[in-house]
Amino acid sequence: MNDTKQTGQQRILVVLPHPDDESFVAAGTLSMYIAGGAEVTYACLTLGEMGRNMGIPPFANRVSLPGIRKEELAASCRAIGIQDLRMLGFHDKMVEFEDRQLLDSTVTALLLELQPQMVITFYPGYSVHPDHDATGAAVIRAVGRLPEAERPVVYCSAFAVNHEQAIGQADVIFDVSDFLDQKMASIRAHATQFQAAELVGNRELTAEEIRLRYGTEKFWTYRFADQA
Amino acid sequence: MQPIPFEDIQSRIDRLAGQDLYIHLELTTGAYASHLDSTRHPASVFITNAAVRYSQGSISGSGPYRVGLKTEQGWVYAEGLTHVDETEAERLILAGHDGQGKLVVALQLSREMF
Repeated sequence: MNDTKQTGQQRILVVLPHPDDESFVAAGTLSMYIAGGAEVTYACLTLGEMGRNMGIPPFANRVSLPGIRKEELAASCRAIGIQDLRMLGFHDKMVEFEDRQLLDSTVTALLLELQPQMVITFYPGYSVHPDHDATGAAVIRAVGRLPEAERPVVYCSAFAVNHEQAIGQADVIFDVSDFLDQKMASIRAHATQFQAAELVGNRELTAEEIRLRYGTEKFWTYRFADQA
Repeated sequence: MQPIPFEDIQSRIDRLAGQDLYIHLELTTGAYASHLDSTRHPASVFITNAAVRYSQGSISGSGPYRVGLKTEQGWVYAEGLTHVDETEAERLILAGHDGQGKLVVALQLSREMF
């Protein structure tokens, strides 16, 4: 358990590649910090335009999906209370193949502009989707280039099979059960995505099921190699 | 998206023949295939905004459908197509969705870049 949670004017930068990553990774945590007065910028690298979920029955397609997911992303951010959404315009599935300098300089520019105290991203190597890993890696490179004293704390989300064998247990665990209304509204804002059977099953979840499944958000504080 | 009306698709394929077109062709198991089920082999391909010109093309099967396009130097093929964007007048937007509604295959043709 980590109790360094600060209230007051805190700036948080969230860097994730897909609309809806914010819902599952950090919607409760962000709602909690925003309720405490934090300013949140969400830099979403892609529009998730290569996603496979198109609604049930399908109402979207490859052509219409980016525009639809843009609207869903904005609605999700409203549900969480995120004040500043940046859509960075990278191509879904292609983040790992992007020009690294472009990725890194994009993240660096955000760090310098916003001077966040906290950054939330994916743990590189342990986040399953290649875009997740590549996004986390870019954030770690960019933050790692800052002088140690100026680095924000970086909270990483990880969910690869057996990730705990490699990186241990999460050291930051937030009980977000008081913010499940915001989190579920954020998830549901992604209407093309959230019906996926593996996410919600084929029926309405009970309040207890929602709390068990979504009531806790876990992060790993990234330890930089040169860190004291 | 609507279930594919066979006759309509054939006439739309015919209308786009013999022209310089852009194609988006895709097949995907999804990036989470092996994360959710380790026995599955994840595989995906897509090519987007490739230039293509076909002399003849047809839709085949009884649903899910196949489409084959004969180009000057080869072929374009897609299997598993189930749905079309019925609101598109000029472009042909075909997709194949599995039982959970997830996109598995897409074949799109347009005179303008996607």
